[in-house]
Amino acid sequence: MTEPPRRVAVTSPRTSAVRRPPGRQTLLALDEQDVVGELLIRSLIRAQLLLGLRLAAVFGCLLGGLPLLFAVAPSTRDVQVLGVALPWLVLGALVYPSLVAGGWLYVRLTERNERDFVDLVERS
Amino acid sequence: MTSTSYDVVAVAAVVLLTLGIGVYGLRLARTTSDFLVASRAVSPMWNASAISGEYLSAASFLGIAGLVLAYGADMLWYPVGFVAGYLVLLLLVAAPLRRSGAYTVPDFAEARLASPAVRRLASLFVVAIGWLYLVPQLQGAGLTLSATTGAPVWVGAVLVAVVVTVNVAGGGMRSATFVQAFQYWLKLTALAVPALFLLLAWQGDGAPDLAAPAGPVFRETTSVVLDDPVRVEVVEPVTVDVRGSGPRLLGAGEQLLPSGTLVFPAGAAVPHIDRIERATGDAWARPLSGAGGLDHPLYATYALVLATFLGTMGLPHVLVRFYTNPDGAAARRTTLVVLGLLGVFYLVPTVYGALGRLYTPELLLTGRTDAVVLALPGALIGGLGGDLLEALLVAGAFAAFLSTSSGLLVSTAGVLVQDVLRGTVRDFRRAAVAAAALPLALALAASSLPIGQVVGLAFAMAASTFCPLLVLGIWWRGLTAPGAAAGLVAGGGLSAAAVLSTLAGLADRGWPAALLAQPAAWTVPTAFAVMVGVSLATRDRVPADVGRTMLQLHAPESLGLSLRR
Repeated sequence: MTEPPRRVAVTSPRTSAVRRPPGRQTLLALDEQDVVGELLIRSLIRAQLLLGLRLAAVFGCLLGGLPLLFAVAPSTRDVQVLGVALPWLVLGALVYPSLVAGGWLYVRLTERNERDFVDLVERS
Repeated sequence: MTSTSYDVVAVAAVVLLTLGIGVYGLRLARTTSDFLVASRAVSPMWNASAISGEYLSAASFLGIAGLVLAYGADMLWYPVGFVAGYLVLLLLVAAPLRRSGAYTVPDFAEARLASPAVRRLASLFVVAIGWLYLVPQLQGAGLTLSATTGAPVWVGAVLVAVVVTVNVAGGGMRSATFVQAFQYWLKLTALAVPALFLLLAWQGDGAPDLAAPAGPVFRETTSVVLDDPVRVEVVEPVTVDVRGSGPRLLGAGEQLLPSGTLVFPAGAAVPHIDRIERATGDAWARPLSGAGGLDHPLYATYALVLATFLGTMGLPHVLVRFYTNPDGAAARRTTLVVLGLLGVFYLVPTVYGALGRLYTPELLLTGRTDAVVLALPGALIGGLGGDLLEALLVAGAFAAFLSTSSGLLVSTAGVLVQDVLRGTVRDFRRAAVAAAALPLALALAASSLPIGQVVGLAFAMAASTFCPLLVLGIWWRGLTAPGAAAGLVAGGGLSAAAVLSTLAGLADRGWPAALLAQPAAWTVPTAFAVMVGVSLATRDRVPADVGRTMLQLHAPESLGLSLRR
């Protein structure tokens, strides 16, 4: 009768090493800029850039489209809203709250990107 | 008390308050680090008020209303761009720039590209933009004092230059932060309260049409004081009473009016100074109509949009403020508050421009349209109330000159002290004196220029140099030192040439004038293209530590990475 193969415990040779708290490895990967760290930070940069460019494009089209609208459809220059000419109402007043709203939205989304990134680093 | 003495009291009060808060701040400034960046211990609300206070210059307080008065609806893009520039800054620059630890653009250039040459080049443009921006502030001060008190033009310019130099050299950044924050609220109050009274007075007057079809007319018998002879275009023949030499018939066409006092009868059409074309009410109220004699309005609008949207991030005094935020997230929150504060302020100047066309049309004759904000209370309200409101506006205007000038001075002096002199407190003081002296000389030597337009040129120059440097430096690993240098030289050189030829009045009308007066539409794309192109051609010069820099710019501080700061 042959003996059943002995069960062997496979362990790291560095049993004496201090166990790292979760997240240390990824943090180290970032800090030392190895392949994983590079991929991580590149993905964050791409996400942040896309967010910024997207919002910039939205406002670029909305605001940048106005002169074109006035040029292509001249009747829009004379439209009266609440007794005020449309261009004056939009450029003199409505633009400002919408810029603040855009900024507020960006801060929310970009902080969410960063939170996700920190979670990712600290979980792994 | 006379109207003049109220104005003098107002100026004195603002100057003393500014110096007083500066002295209070001085007691807190102990080390060089305190001196330069307020030890980075400034809360977001203070910081946002300070940024806004510093940003609202003579161009915002006086210039926008003057431009709207003369050129109508297209000028509304100036304030829109002044605010939208902060949104672009928030989207693309605010947090990474704070994390870079850079105090100025030259600092950023050196940290990102490790190139002393690019640093020096950037320093050159900081000083150029700072000076270009300082000159109209000092001239605005001269105009304000001479329009309200009759003092010679140099008095206001010298007063502002001296007060700002003393304050900045004495207290540094910490005092500047307190002063600037105070100035925002002063400026908002000083512009908004009289605007409410003016609107009520206009309502009380029966709310006459602001864009009356015929174009500007004198509503009542008006005496116009001319300091110098003025060349005007007369549309309808009119008999004016020239003080001291009796009635004189002005025929239609170009006329040279002598200096002195001229009395125009009620109902007469207002002759316009030759550089402003008379516009009908409809043309003035409509965008893209070229009212006032601006050629190619569609091009000019887009070029202005590009200059202001992209130029804000490159202004020397704007960037310095971001260093006083504790981290990147705070920099973003501060910028958001700034968007709100500026949005409230810029609702107001348009009111003055529109009312001015009705009640102070003589400014279109004298050409001093930048004085419309100061002239309206006297023309529309008059009496003691008008005098007090005028004094309040003078106080706000001086707050504008003082705060923007001191912000510009702190940053140009900061660059001078870091790149020219040794970095100690004593040298910061000497640099501040040096940084104020040249613009003062220029402001005294040059003839008065439209404030809003000159400031617009400074934006165009910032957009053509520092916008590509910052945006590409923050988001693109491939930027190299030779690429950045070539882009700065191309964008900065072209925009500087355009600015100088506009200031010298080389091109008068047509496409050349439009292209030179609003250069951003062609200089900004050129700068970006050259920067990217040369960087691609010198790919082997990408800094070796670019990965580490990118990590520092974009990784949230909460990770606590061991980075060089």
